[in-house]
Amino acid sequence: MSHAHEMSFWEKYVFSTDHKVIGLQYMFTGIFMAIIGGFFVYVFRMQLAFPGISVPGYGEVTPLAYNSLVTNHGTIMIFWFAMPVLIAAFGNLLIPLMIGCDDMVFPRINRLSYQIFLLSAIVLIASFFVPNGGFGGAWTAYPPLSANAAYNATPLGAPMWLIAVALEFVAFLLGGINFITTLMNARAPGMTMYKIPIVCWMIVIASILFMLSVGPLIAGAVMLLFDQTLGTSFYNAAGGGDPLLWQHLFWFFGHPEVYVVLLPSLGIVADIMAVFSRKKLFGYKTILYSVFATGILSFVVWAHHQFIAGIDPRMANLFVITTLLISVPIAELCFVYIATLYGGSITFSTPMLWALSFLVEFLIGGVTGIFLGASGADVYFHDTYFVVAHFHYTFVPIAIIGFYAGITFWFPKIFGKMLSDRLGRIHFWGTIIPFNFIFIPLFILGTAGQHRRIWNYEHFRDLASPEFYNLRVIATVSLLIMISFQFVFVFNFIKTMRSKKKAPKNPWNSNTLEWTADSPPPHGNWPVLPTCYRGPYEYNHPDRESDFWPQNEPGPDPADPDYKSGPATDSGFQSTNPNL
Amino acid sequence: MIEAYLERASTYAWEIDVLFSGIFWLIAVWFIAAEGILFYFCFRFRKQEGEKGQYITGDEKHHKKWISIPHYLVLFFDVFIIAGAIYVWYDIKQRLPEPELTVGVISQQWAWTFVHPGADGVLHTDDDIKKIDELHLIENVTYHYELESLDVLHSFSIPVFRLKQDAIPGRMITGWFKPILTGEWDIQCAEICGIGHGLMPGRVHIKSAYDHNQWLAQQTPTPSSAAYAAVSN
Amino acid sequence: MSFQVPIATNRSSTGIPTSRLGVWWVLASEIVIFGGLIMCYLMFRLHHESWSFEAEHTNPWAGGFNTFVLLTSSLFVVLAHQAAEVKDTVKSVRYIWYTIFGGFVFMAVKAYEYTTEIMHGYTMFKSVFWSFYYTATGIHGFHVMAGMFIMWMISRDVKKGKNLHRVEVIGIYWHFVDVVWIFLFPLLYIAK
Repeated sequence: MSHAHEMSFWEKYVFSTDHKVIGLQYMFTGIFMAIIGGFFVYVFRMQLAFPGISVPGYGEVTPLAYNSLVTNHGTIMIFWFAMPVLIAAFGNLLIPLMIGCDDMVFPRINRLSYQIFLLSAIVLIASFFVPNGGFGGAWTAYPPLSANAAYNATPLGAPMWLIAVALEFVAFLLGGINFITTLMNARAPGMTMYKIPIVCWMIVIASILFMLSVGPLIAGAVMLLFDQTLGTSFYNAAGGGDPLLWQHLFWFFGHPEVYVVLLPSLGIVADIMAVFSRKKLFGYKTILYSVFATGILSFVVWAHHQFIAGIDPRMANLFVITTLLISVPIAELCFVYIATLYGGSITFSTPMLWALSFLVEFLIGGVTGIFLGASGADVYFHDTYFVVAHFHYTFVPIAIIGFYAGITFWFPKIFGKMLSDRLGRIHFWGTIIPFNFIFIPLFILGTAGQHRRIWNYEHFRDLASPEFYNLRVIATVSLLIMISFQFVFVFNFIKTMRSKKKAPKNPWNSNTLEWTADSPPPHGNWPVLPTCYRGPYEYNHPDRESDFWPQNEPGPDPADPDYKSGPATDSGFQSTNPNL
Repeated sequence: MIEAYLERASTYAWEIDVLFSGIFWLIAVWFIAAEGILFYFCFRFRKQEGEKGQYITGDEKHHKKWISIPHYLVLFFDVFIIAGAIYVWYDIKQRLPEPELTVGVISQQWAWTFVHPGADGVLHTDDDIKKIDELHLIENVTYHYELESLDVLHSFSIPVFRLKQDAIPGRMITGWFKPILTGEWDIQCAEICGIGHGLMPGRVHIKSAYDHNQWLAQQTPTPSSAAYAAVSN
Repeated sequence: MSFQVPIATNRSSTGIPTSRLGVWWVLASEIVIFGGLIMCYLMFRLHHESWSFEAEHTNPWAGGFNTFVLLTSSLFVVLAHQAAEVKDTVKSVRYIWYTIFGGFVFMAVKAYEYTTEIMHGYTMFKSVFWSFYYTATGIHGFHVMAGMFIMWMISRDVKKGKNLHRVEVIGIYWHFVDVVWIFLFPLLYIAK
């Protein structure tokens, strides 16, 4: 299905309903927002390491500005970078192609979801330019601070921040409905449930998790907005309300949210690992069941963020148990991924380097969470830099490593060109090594009792020693190095797009359906939509000459109980990449 | 490990430190094993001439057990961690031993008001001593603290005690501690409370009973009703 | 450029039509939103004795009448769907309009309720009970009006014989709006 007539620039690139265009719109908007979020962290880390400095490109950092920088860094990275890139961009780009259909099932709602998302980004950015600037009450926005301009000093910034977040939620609810319905209903003939690539499952389960957890917070956000703008007292103790109500509503969403962003990254890593170790994913069903278990458990752990918040201390014990339990399916996922490497034939391409480093770094994030889930220890560690280091060891692998893994892997399909592998490696090492040198010092500072969201540690005698300042400087300098190496990626991208060399259809010899479309796929994806004959991870099947077995190649399915073993299942498919 | 950076100045500080170290070593075993195996597999199964990848589904029992056994081991380790966490939590947060003295902690944007009992040893009487940003305590005395907030959420944190408790407007929250060392350390606000969140450092001063009484004698009392009233205005 | 429906939209790996599947997921997200709001109300109500005194001043006759109106309008939308199934577009459009009219009556009664309550001093700021009352019924009312608007749009298509499958979809949405009211009514009007 293709349009016979010429489309204008506006129809093709701005108001398109094509999932690939919308996916790229989300991706570039997300990257733009990440640059803003990254600029903010550059500014406040300079202030922390060199208090009182006039930060190049910004100026002096006041306490008001500091709070706003910290708040918006967190808010942007989660809602305007991680989610749009991992769920909306990769979801849009990959799901229709990987399940063998021509678009999402509701293309106009898809376009609407991006437009609402874009509006949310504009509202947020606008909030930085109003009198007194953007909201500075942390991404968690606890009332009464967030509810009352007399307390937070940002009378316009606070409601604008809230409206931007609410709009983003609506955009992702709409987008999620598309992903879920498309995966459920629009699959290629023959693609049964267990033949779906893991990344598609993950994005859809993430959308469901998001949808089921964000509802109470949307209700809560309406109540907070009314407190801010109308003067109601939902969260005001003096008026009969309860500040703690917001915390419960927020974290009931907040905890599943971290799995909402984790799952797509896990999916990307799984698909890359299968391709570059030339091995069937170990325990496809185990992965699915572990993810379901994690998803369900994620709804009953939320108060571990509130152990010392003034909740009934007896309740805390319940949440310790559920929180420690959730480490079990996640550990299982790590084991299963590592097991996929066993017996493989591993090529360390750039995407594979990113995928492996995800595991290495996320393991650190995962195990350090256990300290925080143990309520007794959390009494000390809550609100310290230990928490900051923990969640960056989970979030950076999720958002940054996962993003680079996905973009370097699917780049040939999306953009029709091959990125330079050499530049990719330089970018990889230049990102990963400094990353660790940012956050290991922060673990140490947190263990020494350094609390969060404080503009200048010179005021705290126990924290103002030269040794601690050295750690802060190491973290900041490492951040500067890490940021500089991102230009290598930008350079790689521009150089690649300007080169005339086209990418082949399937440079990685992958089984999944998207690699059977042109690079890049046209509107409608294929002239004839493919049929699916087997699962996505049939690599190195003993009955095959070739080490892969594309899903769309007619023939038997080895997972079928009636499958008869034996040679002559090879269609003689020739490898296009001599290096694999 | 925490003790490498901060002394243990309360009776329960050692519990938190030991819990942390205990979890650390338990996790270190898993962490080193997982990372070690990961790196080993990367090395051992790197692409080599003549070696093809194996076809393993992960559904066969002899493969699955390599996942199941660690899975149950993790659960087993978790039980110990849960037990340790609940034990420490109970001591700090659930139980409330009889106090010898009580102090009032009033948090606001952006200062701490500490109300100390005067020579009569009783809080909420006319000889209470009100200090801004300074908490004066006697070594080896069991204290209750009565924590309040006048405006937004704050959090009363004394790292050297390993103590932390959020303050909620409209509520009074009671907790306990017993200092075991003399000296002077930071008090931090541990919940973002506006522009001055980083500008309300406090100091805790722990002295022997004799030294504390010397200090007390030099203070001007603020009648308790006035102490609380003045702060709220 | 006219929009062309992709092949994906008409596929059905589950056997359920895409539009119906989509609207059920919309409902799932709405259920959690209203559910969250109602949970907050319940938590507050159980902890504050004074709320049952505040609740004395909601108008159960108006609320009861509105319940009847919404239930009846749900019946009409079912009849509209039945007519659409047999391609009787004239009948279907008529029943859709009866449903819209039901929504209109509901909103008119609400307007009357709000006016009298505010005139008696029961504003949104009187207490957190009233803040909830206006917020919950307000968000619900917004969903009623959105439903009315969408039904109007669909009736225009049905009149031309197009997109008849959408009558069922908006019907499902309307039933949901009805069900939310079935929860709000006893919580806000009956429990005194």
